[in-house]
Amino acid sequence: MLYPPARWTGRRYPPARGIASQVAGIVLLLALASLARAAGTAAAPGDSSATDPADAATPARMRLISQEQYFNSLGYVFGPDIQVAAHFAPFARTDGLVANGSASAGVTIAQMQEFQRTAASIAAQVVSPTNRAYLVPCAPRDEARADDACARKFLLPVGRLLFRRPLDKATAGAIVARSDEAANQLHDFYGGLAAALEGLMMAPQALFIVDRTEPDPARPGDARLDAYSIASRLSFFLWNAAPDDELLRAAEQGQLQNSAGRAKQVDRMLASPRLESGVRAFFDDMLRFDDLAVLAKDPGIYPTFGAETVADAREQTLRTLVEQLIVQKRDYRDLFTSRDTFLSPSLAVIYGVAAPPGWSAYTSPADSPRAGLLTQVSFLAAHAHPGRSSPTLRGKALRELLLCQTVPRPPPNVDFSLLEDANSRLKTARERLDLHRSNPVCGGCHKLTDPIGLAFENFDGAGQYRATERGAPIDASGVLDGKSFNDLAGLSQSLRDHPQLSACLVKRVYGWATGGPTQPSDKPMLGWLGEQFAADGYRLPDLLRTVALSNAFATVRVDAPAQLKAAAPAAKLPAHSAGGKSP
Amino acid sequence: MMRSARLARLSRRRVLKGMLNGAAVTVGLPLLDCLLCDSGQALASGAPLPLRFVTWFWGLGGNSSVFIPKKTGAGFDLPEELLPLERVKQHINVYTNFNAFRDSAPNLCHYTGWIVCRSGIAPIAGEDKPGETIDVTIARTIGRTSRFPTVMVTSNGDMRTSFSYENANSVNAAEPSPLNLYTRIFGPDYQDPNADGFTPSPRIMARKSVLSGVLDQTRELEKAVGAEDRARLDQYFTGLRDLERQFDQQLTKPDPIAACHKVETPGQDPRPGIDADIVAQRHRQLTDLMVMALACDQTRVFNMAYSAAFAATIKPGYEKPHHTTTHEEPIDKATGYQPIASWFARRAMEEWAYFVDAFSKVREGDGTLLDNSLIYASTDTNWARIHSIDGIPMFTAGRAGGRVRTGLHVDGGGTAATRVGYTAMKVFGVDAASWGTKSNATSSEVSEILA
Repeated sequence: MLYPPARWTGRRYPPARGIASQVAGIVLLLALASLARAAGTAAAPGDSSATDPADAATPARMRLISQEQYFNSLGYVFGPDIQVAAHFAPFARTDGLVANGSASAGVTIAQMQEFQRTAASIAAQVVSPTNRAYLVPCAPRDEARADDACARKFLLPVGRLLFRRPLDKATAGAIVARSDEAANQLHDFYGGLAAALEGLMMAPQALFIVDRTEPDPARPGDARLDAYSIASRLSFFLWNAAPDDELLRAAEQGQLQNSAGRAKQVDRMLASPRLESGVRAFFDDMLRFDDLAVLAKDPGIYPTFGAETVADAREQTLRTLVEQLIVQKRDYRDLFTSRDTFLSPSLAVIYGVAAPPGWSAYTSPADSPRAGLLTQVSFLAAHAHPGRSSPTLRGKALRELLLCQTVPRPPPNVDFSLLEDANSRLKTARERLDLHRSNPVCGGCHKLTDPIGLAFENFDGAGQYRATERGAPIDASGVLDGKSFNDLAGLSQSLRDHPQLSACLVKRVYGWATGGPTQPSDKPMLGWLGEQFAADGYRLPDLLRTVALSNAFATVRVDAPAQLKAAAPAAKLPAHSAGGKSP
Repeated sequence: MMRSARLARLSRRRVLKGMLNGAAVTVGLPLLDCLLCDSGQALASGAPLPLRFVTWFWGLGGNSSVFIPKKTGAGFDLPEELLPLERVKQHINVYTNFNAFRDSAPNLCHYTGWIVCRSGIAPIAGEDKPGETIDVTIARTIGRTSRFPTVMVTSNGDMRTSFSYENANSVNAAEPSPLNLYTRIFGPDYQDPNADGFTPSPRIMARKSVLSGVLDQTRELEKAVGAEDRARLDQYFTGLRDLERQFDQQLTKPDPIAACHKVETPGQDPRPGIDADIVAQRHRQLTDLMVMALACDQTRVFNMAYSAAFAATIKPGYEKPHHTTTHEEPIDKATGYQPIASWFARRAMEEWAYFVDAFSKVREGDGTLLDNSLIYASTDTNWARIHSIDGIPMFTAGRAGGRVRTGLHVDGGGTAATRVGYTAMKVFGVDAASWGTKSNATSSEVSEILA
């Protein structure tokens, strides 16, 4: 009953199948190589159980399933023909990730109505005359009444996948009984099945991802996740979807509680095409691509920038990430200097180059200002105004999204009179912002954002290249935490070499993996993961493997409240750039 | 006991006794005590016309010099930015010189102001959502008998633009799509109260039966989690109970409602974008749908966001969005205000007028839907240029079934802005001795508007 990822109507950007299949092949080879190394004396990436900090652990959490996780999971269970158009409430972005908000999100009455509406729609489709033939593994003796055996044959395996663990005997009996009762009431076997399936999809065991714990025999007095909770953590971490049948079987057999068994499953998961969905979802979240869903430009000012441009900008970055990090397994830091990407016709217009229909690989010429993620439209246009660029927003985004720093909120009472009076004679953003920075109230924060944000000024609010602004040449030079540069390429290189770049990725991956915000007590673990990441050449698959196989991943911090809201403090800003409190 | 408190217990549903697939079905209904009503207006069944509470939000306030009327009381003047309200002036009240107090909390730009006006509490950090919003509070009193206790919609295309939450971690996501809103309210699950026939759906009965099993599973899970997560499960449990109530409703023939008319599907959504024209188009489509949702008694509480607090609405051809304009546009020396920022405020007021007008166009009983509603409009700042939350302006519209007077400009004399929300709560019979905390705490209604 398992199918490839579904093409859901609520999903705007289906994964690139070509890349997915390449991922499967290449990662499988890499995984096999890892296993081979593990069998010998050399330490493989992710063979960390003996060395991650001894007391590292995470809270037991209860996460509300996200819309994409729900779609992915049901897609893998029921296949691509089931159409879902749901609109679940987004979580509050916490510690840099929307996903972290799932650990504290509640269900409003309005959200419950949406869950019910979605479940009813899916259940009706699953048992429809068109789909039942291949989704229901048996036919009732009489379609006008209950058939206990057939209902059981359908509901229990599906329930196991939706609940991510086998149904206990009482629950299984109750669900089948309700299906039978409804079937007899409706004089419709499939109607009863649909009602029971609807109930399964709305059950708390399906909607909440609960970390269940048990005593840790290796550490008396401590707790660990039970095998099914490990399976769920692994699966939502790597696939952004519920565990498949094989992973649940591994849990049933106790394989996930020993390092060899878990490694076997992790390597299988890293080799799966589903990894692409997981990696895309992670970067979608980390790079705040939820903002792109509402990004629009003033068509009078940027007539070539439309809805297709926005969709393609997101897809370009995600394709680039998957290709370079997963398929080619390149150094994460090189994303910011690489000239390799993909182009679509709508982006080619912004780039000022020609492109064939569809997506095609594109390498920018050596003399092109386009190199690295910072020069992609998804960054340039997202962090700009509808009708102009914004060095402040771009600088802020670089610090917060890529370096995990926090730029303070602007002060409430700002005197803009200096800026306003001079506005008409100031041609460039640099001139305007120089005035801003000369104001001590504003200067503190603008010194954090503008010296790097001005490096983007050769790209307008739509991400198009320009050499001048209002006829005046653009000066894109600046300083990133003590490193000077002359243009955006220089900033990208400085960012590539910035020690907090990789540390930030590690922090975000760890939060994503463990289902909630990182905490101050995670510092040693994050430090250790950072060292492993560097030792492995900053390869993302290795980092994923290291996290998934760490002791901390499956160890529960017993004395910690389940929902710690306090996140680990954001990375400290360098002393020389920290100043006042205002933009 | 206030009249609205009695209304909360009223049901327009009738006892249904019938046969459902051969099985006798009885759906128990609350006491029909419409004979106790003191209103002369009633539905065909005799039940009184329901009262509705609605909120409207616009971002970035206005330019005080051309926003605040000079005269108070009845017959107040309409300064330049309020001129679009001319045609609805008799239906609204304007509230000025009321303050949102932050006490020891910081003034969080474009946040503190609206949070105080909607929750009565000053937030202490940027993501802090203290208490619950006023629509949730009032819905608990008047919204439990309709299909949707409260609904949040937004005109700016972003479902994250919400001014409604149950608690810090439970925001009611906004519906930005007229098409989706139509489907949610008037789609397959809609029961037309004026339809000729009524057949209780056996599938709803089956669905309700299955739901009781889900409730049992919730109890099982509660044993596996800590106290904070149990509270989240309790909230989930409440949602299930509300679904049960809805299923009960769907098994009962609704009373005919004369004011309820067939709604046409919007066909397609406006194009993406936040230029003022497209926002207005979206706002009007959403307004028309929600007004009919009220008239058809699908909900009695809803919230409309014209823009976000950090409004990024754009003026086509002008490079700065609304928020940036409020900070960077020079003050025109001749007029004394920021002309483009004022253009944005006027566009917002045009939509506020459209909103109020839409309610007044629906005939209901001897009056209009507006007569049976109270709309509370608030913003995030007084003068956005400096993020001032002193003198934060507000409006109300509608007479709440004759309980509220309109056509007034009320000068708050520097008292708490929460007084307006508190007045609304009392009008709807919320049992609250006061509302808000610290300096925002009030037990003082705006007596000038009470009939």
